[in-house]
Amino acid sequence: MTTHAVAHHDDHHDDKPHGFLHRWVFSTNHKDIGTLYLVFSFIMVCVGAAFSGVIRTELMKPGLQFVQPYFFNEMTTMHGLVMIFGAIMPSFVGLANWMIPMMIGAPDMALPRMNNWSFWILPFAFFLLLSTLFIPGGAPAGGWTMYPPLSIQGGDSVALMVFSIHLMGISSIMGSINIIATILNMRAPGMDLLKMPVFVWSWLITAFLLIAVMPVLAGAVTMLLTDRYFGTSFFNAAGGGDPVMYQHIFWFFGHPEVYIMILPAFGIISEIIPTFSRKPLFGYQAMVYALASIAFLSFIVWGHHMFTVGMPLGGELYFMYATMLIAIPTGVKVFNWVSTMWGGSLTFEAPMLWAISFVVLFTIGGFSGVMLALVPADFQYQDTYFVVAHFHYVLVTGALFAIIAAIYYWWPKWTGRMYNETWAKVHFWWTMVFVNVLFFPQHFLGLAGMPRRIPDYNVAFADWNFVSTIGAYGMYLTPFMFFFILWHSKKHGAPAAARSWEGAHGLEWTVPSPAPFHTFATPPVIHDEDLAHGDVSH
Amino acid sequence: MKAAGSMRSKLGLGLVLTAVAGAAHALAEPWQLNMSPGVTQTSREVYALHMYGFYVCVVIGVLVFGAMIVAMFKFRKSKGAVPATWSHNTVAETIWTVVPILILVSLAWPATSVMVKMAYTEKSDMTVKITGYQWKWGYDYINVGDKPYHVRFISRLDTRSDKTRELRSGLDPWAVKDKDYSGVERNTYLLDVDHPLVLPTDTKIRFVVTGDDVIHAWWVPQLGWKQDAIPGIINDDWTSIHEPGIYRGQCAELCGQDHGFMPIVVKAVPKAEFTKWLDEQEALATKANAPAAPAAAPAAPQAP
Repeated sequence: MTTHAVAHHDDHHDDKPHGFLHRWVFSTNHKDIGTLYLVFSFIMVCVGAAFSGVIRTELMKPGLQFVQPYFFNEMTTMHGLVMIFGAIMPSFVGLANWMIPMMIGAPDMALPRMNNWSFWILPFAFFLLLSTLFIPGGAPAGGWTMYPPLSIQGGDSVALMVFSIHLMGISSIMGSINIIATILNMRAPGMDLLKMPVFVWSWLITAFLLIAVMPVLAGAVTMLLTDRYFGTSFFNAAGGGDPVMYQHIFWFFGHPEVYIMILPAFGIISEIIPTFSRKPLFGYQAMVYALASIAFLSFIVWGHHMFTVGMPLGGELYFMYATMLIAIPTGVKVFNWVSTMWGGSLTFEAPMLWAISFVVLFTIGGFSGVMLALVPADFQYQDTYFVVAHFHYVLVTGALFAIIAAIYYWWPKWTGRMYNETWAKVHFWWTMVFVNVLFFPQHFLGLAGMPRRIPDYNVAFADWNFVSTIGAYGMYLTPFMFFFILWHSKKHGAPAAARSWEGAHGLEWTVPSPAPFHTFATPPVIHDEDLAHGDVSH
Repeated sequence: MKAAGSMRSKLGLGLVLTAVAGAAHALAEPWQLNMSPGVTQTSREVYALHMYGFYVCVVIGVLVFGAMIVAMFKFRKSKGAVPATWSHNTVAETIWTVVPILILVSLAWPATSVMVKMAYTEKSDMTVKITGYQWKWGYDYINVGDKPYHVRFISRLDTRSDKTRELRSGLDPWAVKDKDYSGVERNTYLLDVDHPLVLPTDTKIRFVVTGDDVIHAWWVPQLGWKQDAIPGIINDDWTSIHEPGIYRGQCAELCGQDHGFMPIVVKAVPKAEFTKWLDEQEALATKANAPAAPAAAPAAPQAP
């Protein structure tokens, strides 16, 4: 075990700006901006969950008891937009901000002022989006995919939604430029690309995906805007346009977007499982190549979201085969995680529990993904609750579980305090039970024939919908549990060691806990044995 | 080849299930867990493919999760497990890259064969045009064989469902019932219409599907497919229904506030009965001298 000189070196740099405004609003510190992102996404998770509360409450019983169908559609649309752009994506950016500089031995992000701007655009973007709930005509109600002609039938929420997506896109693109610049230019000497933590690799690849596809989304929604207000007919068949072209453009963004929300999760899990298995990650290079392959494939499979639009047979066959290929690198990742555990010395602290449940439940989402790739079967699954179950397994028990795992994992480093392991286990098992009660029956509903995005249904679907809503109500307690556990830890938690977990490797564990305001002002001397993946032979 | 054999055996299973269940599957059942095999050759092949994909996932799941569970019990630190230092195994990595490729090929093979059959809409016996509107369906009988028809009607949610589904209507969704084809009372809440699409059995019917305002999707699970109904675009599909019955479905693409309230009802009747019904409708349509006149419901045999 090597202790670097950074600790005492950093002491006199630990001068946080005074005053709320200077500390948080004008912040250029990667740790503070990381915290801002994480707090913002926590608020957005709660907002998105509240929208889903309206959805699940209305769906608890057949018949309309609480809301009009149009408001129900506003809720499904806003739930999707808020959870994707407001909760999952910013929380991964927050983790990137906190961890990437510390993991590669850099003092901060490469472009700190742009970092500040990337974050502070987001509250304004979501102010615009959420304000649509209070304008005449209401919020967008055409689904988060915003398919025309339906999506431009609404009131002026169209304009606010489009502008808000423009802002989110600018934020994401700037954040990505920053992450790429940091990783490629600011690694400490000796931190070769193939010694970087997989989390850093996953973000490097994700950032390229974001830069490639956010402008595509911006173009698509701008065409919606001009179709709505300036009489263009990009997507209007009556004017010579094509509604299906929107779907092609949207999903050219949309499929990489799906992986933008899961690749950093793969990175997190690839850090946590070796730590609590006390064994190096199995097949490090294969993991990196698998990430890159998945990223590449994400650009050539978008048509699988559109199997029922009536593509020619050849097109459908191509998209089916290409989509099935994704199972190969994804399978490699799952097998490698299991092999990392095999022969290890396992303990089951909260981060490990969340990581293991990620592997199992994300894989279930992957299974339904393979089934959805089979075009004839997809003709039955498309736009049913089977799809809803599929993407909630990959986004909630996938992406969100990885984020929770990451917060438990790095929390001691951020705050210098351990959390209460017993309560964390209660949080975990409670979530495990209710998340499955919530989403698993939705597979059954979809297969039995219940379409998605409907506010009311035949009585045959009543039982599983009731069960699903019970699961949702159980899940609504979990943000409170999580908040309480973290608050309690911050106030009363036991002090955390620099290396907070016995099996933890990597530069972030060589600095004290809590991490000083400035770390690695002088580049650390890299000792390969300190790194999680220092052995470059494979 | 193995995959094709497996497909055949699954198909056999599907046929048996259908024979046993029969028209009972024309509607979803409470607590239903799985897709129903449907009432066409296509839907049974789709069902067989779905089950094959599902079993493949189950087997892989048992192996992977099984290995994880063994690891969690066998390699616990609390049991004194000492971590190994290996982190690489070329043989294992090659196997778990190649074997999934073979499994995927075995899935893609039957999927491709079903797709090719589903895409073949030629040599049909009759054509029906389906148009999606906010929030109802329009049906046009274009031709049967060489004979053109002018029968056209609009199909919307039945009045009882429509009243019951009003916000806080106080009406009981469980009370909305109707007789199915075999005369058994079944709940039809939100799955019943004023004028069902009447079709003949054992006939290759080609559908041309389009939308009038926004995108809808025409879906009757028993037929084994759904098709988006898109303004400015005409898609085509086909079906051949083997059993007479009443088959119910819904719009499957978000199309606005009443997206959940534009069901589809297909009433499949024997050929002779269908021809009689259609000719009656044609006579009515000709007499009214207005192709847009809705079909008079009482004229339809056993029409609800």
